[in-house]
Amino acid sequence: MSTHTLSVLVENKPGVLVRIAGLFSRRGFNIDSLAVGPTEHAEISRMTIVVNCEEHPLEQVTKQLNKLINVLKIVELEPAQAVQRELILVKVRADTDTRSKVLETVGLFRAHVVDVALDAVTVEATGSHDKLDALVKVLEPFGIKELVQSGTIAVGRGGRSITDRTLRPLERSA
Amino acid sequence: MTEQTSPVPPKAHAPSPLDIPARGAAQKPAQQRPASSATSATSATSAPAAAQQAATAQSSAAQQTAQQTAPPRAQQTHVAPVKVTGAQALVMALEQVGVDVVFGIPGGAVLPAYDPLLDSDQIRHILVRHEQGAGHAATGYAQATGRVGVCMATSGPGATNLVTPLADAYMDSVPVVAITGQVSTNLIGTDGFQEADISGITYPITKHNFLVTKAGDIARTIGEAFHLAATGRPGPVLVDIAKDAMQATTEFTWPVQFDLPGYHPVTRPHSRQVREAAKMITEAKRPVLYVGGGVIKADAAAELLELAELTGAPVVTTLMARGAFPDSHRLHLGMPGMHGTVAAVGALQKADLIVALGARFDDRVTGKLDSFAPDAAIVHADIDPAEISKNRRADVPIVGDCREVITDLTAAVRAEHEHGRPADITEWVGQLAGWRAKYPLGYDDPEDGSLAPQYVIERIGKLVGPDGVYLAGVGQHQMWAAQFIGYENPRTWINSGGAGTMGFAVPAALGAKVGLPDAKVWAIDGDGCFQMTNQELATCAIEGVPVKIAIINNGSLGMVRQWQTLFYNERYSNTNLEDRKTEVKGTRIPDFVKLAEAYGCIGLRCERKEDVDAVIEQAMAINDQPVVIDFIVHKDAMVWPMVAAGTSNDDIKFASGMAPEWEATEE
Repeated sequence: MSTHTLSVLVENKPGVLVRIAGLFSRRGFNIDSLAVGPTEHAEISRMTIVVNCEEHPLEQVTKQLNKLINVLKIVELEPAQAVQRELILVKVRADTDTRSKVLETVGLFRAHVVDVALDAVTVEATGSHDKLDALVKVLEPFGIKELVQSGTIAVGRGGRSITDRTLRPLERSA
Repeated sequence: MTEQTSPVPPKAHAPSPLDIPARGAAQKPAQQRPASSATSATSATSAPAAAQQAATAQSSAAQQTAQQTAPPRAQQTHVAPVKVTGAQALVMALEQVGVDVVFGIPGGAVLPAYDPLLDSDQIRHILVRHEQGAGHAATGYAQATGRVGVCMATSGPGATNLVTPLADAYMDSVPVVAITGQVSTNLIGTDGFQEADISGITYPITKHNFLVTKAGDIARTIGEAFHLAATGRPGPVLVDIAKDAMQATTEFTWPVQFDLPGYHPVTRPHSRQVREAAKMITEAKRPVLYVGGGVIKADAAAELLELAELTGAPVVTTLMARGAFPDSHRLHLGMPGMHGTVAAVGALQKADLIVALGARFDDRVTGKLDSFAPDAAIVHADIDPAEISKNRRADVPIVGDCREVITDLTAAVRAEHEHGRPADITEWVGQLAGWRAKYPLGYDDPEDGSLAPQYVIERIGKLVGPDGVYLAGVGQHQMWAAQFIGYENPRTWINSGGAGTMGFAVPAALGAKVGLPDAKVWAIDGDGCFQMTNQELATCAIEGVPVKIAIINNGSLGMVRQWQTLFYNERYSNTNLEDRKTEVKGTRIPDFVKLAEAYGCIGLRCERKEDVDAVIEQAMAINDQPVVIDFIVHKDAMVWPMVAAGTSNDDIKFASGMAPEWEATEE
């Protein structure tokens, strides 16, 4: 088993997320994370899907995804050739005694404090999965009250864009 | 004894359904709506430039599909913008894509569509008795004709009743378009009366589906739906249309511009892959052509015959491909799989090369996958790339339309031969001929003198002949119909293969006969299956669709009973359909002969071998009414050969406990 990151360009239409998520579940795949949002083209959305599976089933699910009419393009992003980021928001217990230590830790990870209360601070951090894991580990001793994490988003390194040439002209008509 | 319980009215000549005038066609008042015919005279000059471009693209697309399917009944015409309701746009679009028949039932949310449908001269609506019947009828129509079958239902329960036939059509890649009414947009999501999220429900069982909430989107969506259903790997497409969208006013123009940027089916095979496959074919010592339903979908039977005769390679045809290659041909080994012939199963197991053409290595064909065809290299050609290497890894994958693939493959093999590399497979063909001679399909007559179901089916096949169109439900009778009827032509065998939908036969026969009014359409059905959808006999009788239904009545759910016999110590849990309270002969619930009569059909019964031919001939002579024959057959007949589920094809039994001796015939 290994982790694979798929970038999936889809038509920005209702129901597309359900079609894709449903396909993964009925073909027996667990999605580690899924992030979806708009792209530089208004009519295209981009999903970043992280799955943990063998090579052969991945090929199979990719082919099945390609058959969905609303799917425009699928690219697997190799970890070495791509920038991958997640975002977390962590609410950490921090009173007057511990606040400075929490802030010091936050600084080490180049994270930010985005909200402060008498008994807690909320930390925002972005980075790779491993980096955020490490941050959470060192914050744990202070007491984590709440943690929210986004799915991974990823983009290939270099100047090329995967959205190039995905918007072919309308093919045929009845 | 054969009894005819309903007199056959004497007729000088039996009218065919084609003689029946389209409903109200003659008496129809002047066009009340802007019909396509009224506007078709519009010259292209007034059409927008975009439409002209589209028309050019469309004509090349039409040429492509014209080769694959029977020609549509209607020519597409240009329609300049006209003001219509969404429902009128729907009917006009259906006319433009060439629809000649719709199977359906109206209801609240789809009512607006049924109003303009009443005025259509081109579209015959056949009112079925249950929406499942509409769906299977559309499938039967599509399988028989190669054209897209159309069914229509209302929202909620009407739509959910289409779920089974859509799943069925999806599994067997049948081009079907289902149109459903949906509650008005302001009610969607409020649990409104007769609301069901039918597009959500059918995501996994349709090739694609649409929820249309704007009148202006209806015509384009219908065009897209038919394009999706019929091209690439065919499949069902559902179009769910909100009631208010059908009632709103919009502008109708034709042709329409598709908006399908993510749909690019590949039909042209890669020439390097084809050359590689041809090389392997000429080098193989033990090749087999493993032919699936894709060959029929691609109308490639003639091309297949040429390839088989050029290579001399033996052919097996799957349940979905019966008729793709003539059963009478010397190279045909029959059907592979769980109930396949010993020769066909053995050929795949011992092959050194399997050329899969439009087949998908289904578990019912491969048996235990790990031990399937251990020595074979695989060439796998399919229009759906996701089928290739899904179950069995392909050494040479070829993505493309089966007819183009086979045509190119034949040319490439011929080129190999011309370069002095002809294959020599005489030893292999001889070995297979030995297996075929030693282990033919067969059955014994029951010792108690009752009727053998296989005999009944065999005689129907013989007397009706290879020109007949045969349908089946699911179970023992289906397997016997696949085994004991000789198929010589494609589209003469129609069944529910992938989904295994009991109740398929009667409504599918209705659809097939409507599509091919002059064909001899025979449904071979089981008594269990028949009781699931027999209400469509009323449709057949009233709409003048004279199908023949042969019920192979063993008073039980026969295939399940067979498994209980073999694997559950003869503990017959809930497979007996007879009335166990009474042993009085002739007490049948229901009495299928009386049932047939009640539905306006002719009912016949046959219980003895010596009466079989006479009753079949009697049924064949009736052409103005549907005929139901109740064949009372032996309960314990079993389907052989058999590969038990989950076991290896090597462990095939040609009769109970009897395994073939592979080695004995080899040298």
